[in-house]
Amino acid sequence: MTKGQTTHGILKDPTLLVAALMADGWRVIGPKVRDQAIVYEVLDRPDDLPCGLTDSQSGGRYRLEAGQPERWFDYVVGPHSWKKWLFPARQKLWTATRVADAGFEIEVPAIDWPKTVFFGVRACEIAAMAVQDRVFDNGTFRDAAYAARRANTLIVAVQCARSAETCFCASMNTGPGVDEGYDIALTELAGTSGEILVTAGSDWGRAILGPLALPSATDGLIEAGPATTAAAAASQSRAMVPDIARVLREGLDHPNWEVVADACLSCGNCTLACPTCFCSDVEDVTDLSGDHAERWRSWDSCFSTDFSYVHGGAVRRSPKSQFRQWMMHKLSTWHDQFDMSGCVGCGRCITWCPVGIDITREAATFAGHPHPAET
Amino acid sequence: MQTHGFEEILSRHPVFAGFDGATLALLAGCARNEHVNAGAIIYFEGDPADRMYLIRHGDVAVEIGTPERDPIIVETLHPDDILGWSWMVPPYRHMSQARATTDLRVVSLDGACLRRKCDDNPALGYMMFKHLLPHMAQRVRALRLQVLDLYGTASS
Amino acid sequence: MTVQPASHAADPMVPRRFRVDRAWSEIDGVASIELRPIDGGPVAFKPGQFNMLYAFGVGEIAVSISGDAAQRDRLVHTTRAVGAVSRAITQLNEGDMVGVRGPFGSAWPIAGQTGRHAGFVAGGLGLAPLRPAIYHVLANRSDYAGLTLIYGARSPQDLLYADEVARWKSRFDVEVEVTVDHAAPGWTGRVGVVTTVMDRALAGGDPALISAFLCGPEIMMRYGVMTLEAAGVGLDRIWVSLERNMKCAIGFCGHCQFGPTFVCRDGPVYRHDQIAHLINKSEV
Repeated sequence: MTKGQTTHGILKDPTLLVAALMADGWRVIGPKVRDQAIVYEVLDRPDDLPCGLTDSQSGGRYRLEAGQPERWFDYVVGPHSWKKWLFPARQKLWTATRVADAGFEIEVPAIDWPKTVFFGVRACEIAAMAVQDRVFDNGTFRDAAYAARRANTLIVAVQCARSAETCFCASMNTGPGVDEGYDIALTELAGTSGEILVTAGSDWGRAILGPLALPSATDGLIEAGPATTAAAAASQSRAMVPDIARVLREGLDHPNWEVVADACLSCGNCTLACPTCFCSDVEDVTDLSGDHAERWRSWDSCFSTDFSYVHGGAVRRSPKSQFRQWMMHKLSTWHDQFDMSGCVGCGRCITWCPVGIDITREAATFAGHPHPAET
Repeated sequence: MQTHGFEEILSRHPVFAGFDGATLALLAGCARNEHVNAGAIIYFEGDPADRMYLIRHGDVAVEIGTPERDPIIVETLHPDDILGWSWMVPPYRHMSQARATTDLRVVSLDGACLRRKCDDNPALGYMMFKHLLPHMAQRVRALRLQVLDLYGTASS
Repeated sequence: MTVQPASHAADPMVPRRFRVDRAWSEIDGVASIELRPIDGGPVAFKPGQFNMLYAFGVGEIAVSISGDAAQRDRLVHTTRAVGAVSRAITQLNEGDMVGVRGPFGSAWPIAGQTGRHAGFVAGGLGLAPLRPAIYHVLANRSDYAGLTLIYGARSPQDLLYADEVARWKSRFDVEVEVTVDHAAPGWTGRVGVVTTVMDRALAGGDPALISAFLCGPEIMMRYGVMTLEAAGVGLDRIWVSLERNMKCAIGFCGHCQFGPTFVCRDGPVYRHDQIAHLINKSEV
């Protein structure tokens, strides 16, 4: 048990926690099954929480499968990340209306963010939130709406008991165990006895768990907690090459970029699925009358054709330069910009790439190493 | 003819600065001072190219004629620039027209005289071409930039 | 719970409204506007910085500030019509309202180059972002060892701020050389590229004293830097202004990235030695 945490007790059925939160007026956003994948959506009822599922992931492949029937959290991350909620895909920034005397007036909308719980957040996802926290507060400018949503969201984390084949958070030091950044953490212990260890990670979490008066956890169960995530870490077959930031910085002209470019479709799936990708477009639109205008901010991707357009043409026109921009940004220049890596090792870019490009294998190639999974 | 004056003038020019005294004396033997009035044509397109000009004072427009309008200036040259390369390469004819846009003072060198001395003295020939070529290369690079039409206008 | 966003004044994505006090044509397709704030007080900017200008209902673009930084009560922008938004800005009239976000970006570090010879090399519309820096040197001329402007444009009709440049040329403490790529009938000035003029201006001078500021098409700046380098000017005394796709201008949208930098924050003015390893690479 680490400092600042209080193990509050044992839960057999996590839907009880969901129910308690809902009864207390919280909007609960959590895992649901839709289109044969685990997505993060608003739970209407506590038993929307899926049970008995696991997943099988590899390059360009995702399958939701039946798992042990009594276990709740054996699937890992799906195509959604929490950025879909904290950094919505489309946001209206303001509206403007023409007024007399050739003028116009601007109105900024209020944010509608009811008190919200993110239920089932994994370690890599907490790390991803910390990455975007830094992006959207860069020392000069701050995304106030993002910060407000963040500050008003309760995080119920889940400590991963298994890793998918595509996970490499251990090598990125972002998981599978969570130490901080959550309000309540759930650890589903190994075996089929069905205990979920419940831990508070903040005063807010303690305040919520207190009234629930959960049965206490025995010392034995408490000690079993870290072993759960250690097992998940040990089973990871992929790893990021250490010192990749320098390798890529020096590898701007590496011949492997051409090789990857042959496979890459510039589809941008990786940027959509990635929990830290933050690029956006700013769009000014007007209605037919021309008297009402709006400015919108929407997700964009460095793979989109006109992403780097300047008068005359786009600076990055080829898939090779676009892939290079994405990978170098994620693993190298992000350090120069934000003093941290942009990658949290969640493996989504590997799973959701239609041609299965593997960021860890490409990193190994650039570093001149044999790929860990192939040794 | 006072050639030692020309040796000094040549020795101060970037192209000839590395030449030794004997070589400069050889070249000075082909040199003479010329003065051109403002507006006068120094040479017409198609004229035999028999002189090389080191501009000492004044400006020159290198231009190309076209039937429907006044000749188009493609380049202007100024003191310390070299006018006239066609004496170096067959068929030794000027490819454009050169006009003094101001009163002009030049040191001109007889092209046929230079070619004869280079043929007689290959070491001199090598020095001449070795030092003149970088200047031509600079001009070609600059012309490429000009051709790129970098700035454009509203319509481009 | 309904959460209120930051106030209007503090939200960097919300434009401040300005009134167009004056609008005039410069050269074909290029117009300037002088703006006065309606929301909030005067804008303090540094030479080299830019604003995001919003034309109601059309959109927003990045435009360098081209006026005098010492004149706090007004903002001057010179814009060329190349797309829908820029065209709308060049068609603004006195009394129209525009949105302004900014100023953004890094500045020409001209105040820190006192005692040195300030050399400005401008190509085409590149004179506009340099003009505030030139104004600064002119206003503090005795603080600098020299002031040179080399300005190249496509043709005599495309010379921006021609009257003003001619006035600078007539000063005894300023060296101005103007050149065009293509002459027009009646043009008696130089014809040729700026690098040729630079070679001439650099010959016989002391390169160790020169601080050079270049702005224009990227090719022109690259060749200009090569010319300066060949003449012995230090790469840490050369600054260029780069342009990339600009959307948010606050480092959030990612569009303007150039290697590890954001042009909206680390640029547009860059010291050349800090980007030398990137500037010649294609598609970076």
